Amino acid sequence: MRKPQIRWHILVFLAPAVLVYTAIMIIPLFNTLRLALFDEVDRTRVFVGLDNFRTLFGDPLWSDAFWNALGNNFWFFLIHMLVQNPIGILLAAILSHPRLRFAALYRTAIFVPTILSFVIVGFAWKLILSPIWGIAPGMMDAVGLDDYFLPWLGLESTALTTLALISVWQFVGIPMMLIYAALLSIPEEILEAGECDGITGASAFWKIKLPLILPSIGIISILTFVGNFNAFDLIYAAQGALAGPDYSTDILGTFMYRTFFGFQLQLGDPHMGSAIASAMFAIILIGVCIYLFGIQTRMRRYQF
Amino acid sequence: MSMKKLGAGLLATTILAGTVASAQDVTLTIESWRNDDLLLWQDVIIPAFEANHPGIHVEFTPSAPAEYNAVLNSKLEAGSAGDLITCRPFDASLALYEDGHLADLSDLDAMANFSSVAQSAWQTDDGSATFCVPMASVIHGFIYNADAFEELGLEEPTTVDEFFAVLDAIEEDGGYIPMAMGTNDQWEAATMGYNNIGPNYWRGEEGRLALIAGEQSLTDEAWVAPYRQLARWGQYLGRGFEAQTYPDSQNLFTLGRAAIYPAGSWEITGFNAQADFAMGAFPPPVQNAGDECYISDHTDIAIGLNPASPNAEAARTFLEWVGSEEFATIYANALPGFFSLSNFDVAMEDPLAQEFVSWRGECNSTIRSTYQILSRGTPNLENETWNASAQVIRGAETPEEAGQRLQDGLASWYEPQQ
Repeated sequence: MRKPQIRWHILVFLAPAVLVYTAIMIIPLFNTLRLALFDEVDRTRVFVGLDNFRTLFGDPLWSDAFWNALGNNFWFFLIHMLVQNPIGILLAAILSHPRLRFAALYRTAIFVPTILSFVIVGFAWKLILSPIWGIAPGMMDAVGLDDYFLPWLGLESTALTTLALISVWQFVGIPMMLIYAALLSIPEEILEAGECDGITGASAFWKIKLPLILPSIGIISILTFVGNFNAFDLIYAAQGALAGPDYSTDILGTFMYRTFFGFQLQLGDPHMGSAIASAMFAIILIGVCIYLFGIQTRMRRYQF
Repeated sequence: MSMKKLGAGLLATTILAGTVASAQDVTLTIESWRNDDLLLWQDVIIPAFEANHPGIHVEFTPSAPAEYNAVLNSKLEAGSAGDLITCRPFDASLALYEDGHLADLSDLDAMANFSSVAQSAWQTDDGSATFCVPMASVIHGFIYNADAFEELGLEEPTTVDEFFAVLDAIEEDGGYIPMAMGTNDQWEAATMGYNNIGPNYWRGEEGRLALIAGEQSLTDEAWVAPYRQLARWGQYLGRGFEAQTYPDSQNLFTLGRAAIYPAGSWEITGFNAQADFAMGAFPPPVQNAGDECYISDHTDIAIGLNPASPNAEAARTFLEWVGSEEFATIYANALPGFFSLSNFDVAMEDPLAQEFVSWRGECNSTIRSTYQILSRGTPNLENETWNASAQVIRGAETPEEAGQRLQDGLASWYEPQQ
């Protein structure tokens, strides 16, 4: 019997990815977690255990800002789940209709914003919605809705929702593409078999296609979750690091940025910043775990 | 000698000369947040320096104002920052000095050209070390569209009542937005709002120092009254001011759509270039006619040396020049609105800048109340003042609530206020 050989080529081929990923992802991640356990006293870094987290959750000055940011983050996520993903699925369903003309054109047009930079999207929408130069007030005026125009980005009650919808506009192409791919992979025979049993049109979608694309919807949800809880760019580009008005658009990303790097006269505090970053990491980890162990393992899969 | 040889010889000498020159040359890089001034540095200030200092090249590499502190700190930590560092006033620079990112410049000859008040923003608390060469201060007030004022038969207001009468008159006419300011970016509300009109209420340095000493509090009438005036501003700011950004306000004014602009003197350069109407300026109105007036004459900008710079000697030469009369004159005239902090009597040509600087003679100067010491803790008083000023103008918070909130925040970490 031959001795099992060490298959060196596997190690060689894995090495670049492992090394790069370790250097730019894993080490910084653990370093951030480590940094959160330190504080600076008299210009020297001292180990303080969980004190930073005690401050973050125990001191009302910090905890109010943290819970506000977390609440805003959940609202941001909720809007994406309720608006972006259903619209994405709907668009995919329409696009996969065999008799739709110019499908490729629509697909591209809807997907294009996804590849735009956050900064461009932020500034473009800021201009569109500007009460002074924007085209939104003019367009609403043209259809007689002038009175309903408000400076949405400047009002505490509407700013966060407006930004969430801008983000939805930008990223609706992602769920659309994923679902579209999933829909295309459903074999014709299954649909034809359904037709023989009298299931056509909308009911074919609800009864055959939707169950088959559920795993894709799950993946999209978790991607949305991770993306939203790491969000920062759009808010920063549109509202600045103070996330006005009155912190109503402050999410964990902007809160972390302000704390870590400082802002205007506020000096940066890398240790508290790391504590917030660690909390963000924990929240995302918990969310992903709930999905992986609570939902994905129970999802039924079909083999074609 | 054939042409070929001559050509080769010429080529060789050029190359040689080139390498010799580059061996001596030193390039100094300046970190700054003044990206608006890029052209002025490149076309006016740097050539003036390089003309008399062969062998030293200077590059001006600004970043966006809001990101400057964060960007600079990261660069300094990473050791990739430029040789010369433009200094924010007070704590931001003090922290850099204490961390060893700014060199002690007390021994610079040019320091003798600056008063102790001018140096105070870039000194240690005990005044033993100065770490940046003061460049300029900015003065707050209101710039107005003089053509519009003439058209409506209005005059510069001197008291608060006259100020609101003027605003009412402009609003009634309807041709102009009375005042151009938005609350989207928040800082204008605090800087051009609260700290612009405030010194008249808290009597400038007197109130500012009393606040630092803990003898006054932010709930005192002198500190709440400016918010009361700000609360009245909201109705004059034009439709949708809640989402109006700083550039929006600048454009509204320079396009002639708004009549009054709560300003800092740094706007003068841009406004001169953009506006095609006559402009005037008036200092923040006083409460009652004949009251002593106070202006915010804020020590804003200085320049220091990165101790990690390999070209420290050349950088010191540049800093000596920054402290000279030549620089003061060039800077004050190239950037009208940035007023020299040096003891030289600098002649300025711009009429608007002359108007601003003339208030130094009529009124008492002070600096922004939140800058020295009071923004060292958490919550940060400056950030909170931005927030509160914007909230008050939007009507989302009453002046009294705002004062109470700021006082609670300050007292939570600042001992003299406890």
